[in-house]
Amino acid sequence: MTADLAPTSARRRSAGAAALVGAGVMAAVDEIVFHQVLAWHHFYDRGTPDVALLSDGLLHAAELVALVAGFFLLADLRRRGALVVPAAWSGFFLGAGGFQLVDALVDHKLLRVHQIRYGVDLLPYDLAWTASAVLLLGIGAVLWRRARRAVPARAAA
Amino acid sequence: MAVPSGVVSSVVASPVLAHGGDHVAPAQAWGAQTIVPVVLAVALVAAYVAATARYGRRMPRPWRAGRTLAWTTGCALVAVALSPALAVVPGDATRHMVQHLLLGMLAPLALVLAAPVTLLLGAGSPGVRRVVGRVLRARPVHVLSHPVTAAALHVGGLAVLYLTPLYALTTRSAPAHVLVHAHFLLAGYLFAWALAGPDPAPRRPGTATRLVVLVAAGGAHAALAKLLYAHADRLPPGGVHAAADVEAAAQWMYYVGDVAEVLLAVAVLAAWYRAHDTRDVAGARLTAAPPTAAPVAT
Repeated sequence: MTADLAPTSARRRSAGAAALVGAGVMAAVDEIVFHQVLAWHHFYDRGTPDVALLSDGLLHAAELVALVAGFFLLADLRRRGALVVPAAWSGFFLGAGGFQLVDALVDHKLLRVHQIRYGVDLLPYDLAWTASAVLLLGIGAVLWRRARRAVPARAAA
Repeated sequence: MAVPSGVVSSVVASPVLAHGGDHVAPAQAWGAQTIVPVVLAVALVAAYVAATARYGRRMPRPWRAGRTLAWTTGCALVAVALSPALAVVPGDATRHMVQHLLLGMLAPLALVLAAPVTLLLGAGSPGVRRVVGRVLRARPVHVLSHPVTAAALHVGGLAVLYLTPLYALTTRSAPAHVLVHAHFLLAGYLFAWALAGPDPAPRRPGTATRLVVLVAAGGAHAALAKLLYAHADRLPPGGVHAAADVEAAAQWMYYVGDVAEVLLAVAVLAAWYRAHDTRDVAGARLTAAPPTAAPVAT
């Protein structure tokens, strides 16, 4: 018996669903540790403090829904025998690294909606953010190369 | 029992009013005002259970026990929210907030998950079914039950309450207070029903739209909580509560709001998960067991 998805499609969807979880986890770490606990910055710091609070609220709400949605999508793939576990792990790291890279480059440098800290030399912080993004994406890429040989659970059975 | 010192010395002497009820003597507080919500909750549960018995006789499958449990939980939460038991929560503002979270978020979700309309359609006489059907097809109901309308009434109502002198009014006027709490419960129910079901809602938009509305509403709720925290010295307008009390209330609002958002997201996606199964996977599972639960037709 075969799965209802072709192996390529099953791999891609497994990675996509897990990427949602990875991005949600990374957003939660960013939002909870740096925005709330350390209060280094808010998602949008270029308006009034009240706008900054609203932007944080939206990021927080989105990250919670992304986590729940990601797990349901993974459960759906598993139920259909189309979950490719190595591809899902790759997607998790790519999602986490992708969020981090967008945050480091687009949010901080390109759009400049906020900086990591204020009143200090930013270079070490920017390097740390970008390096963590590259590391996570690297892990994701290595896992993806391995996952390309993997097949959905049901097709393998 | 020590009476917590409130900032307000309200003229309203009803324990149902969390804002001003704490100066009522405990013995008096545990009188009629405890009995009324409890009797009401018991009556609602009894009516529901009676309807499930009728449903079981008429329909091929018995009513799911989980839904009866959800209804009982919802009724119990409403009764607790309206009873003097809340006096254990210290601080007027915090007590109000716990009441708001119970009435506006947790109780409505439990009541919605109990699918009372589906039960009514299955257990009711043909006349009842016709009336329910006509109400569900009415245009104002479609407008009201759109997730965007429901979210605006739900979170917008909170913003109006905490950012305008309305809150100060509710500490002085019993009718205003009762109306605000009725609004909490109804808007909360409307919001949960519009987003998650399982009761039918004609023209309910797709899962993606509903999730976007959930994120917007959850974000606005979290932002409102932080706004209260950041401006606890001057919100809600009228200076009816101590700043530390408002700060504690804002934290309750923020964290329980999170719990409610996650529960609602799970409810929305669980509905998608069930519907998705029968629609897409049936063909791929010809040899597997047939699906046990059909989604509610809308």
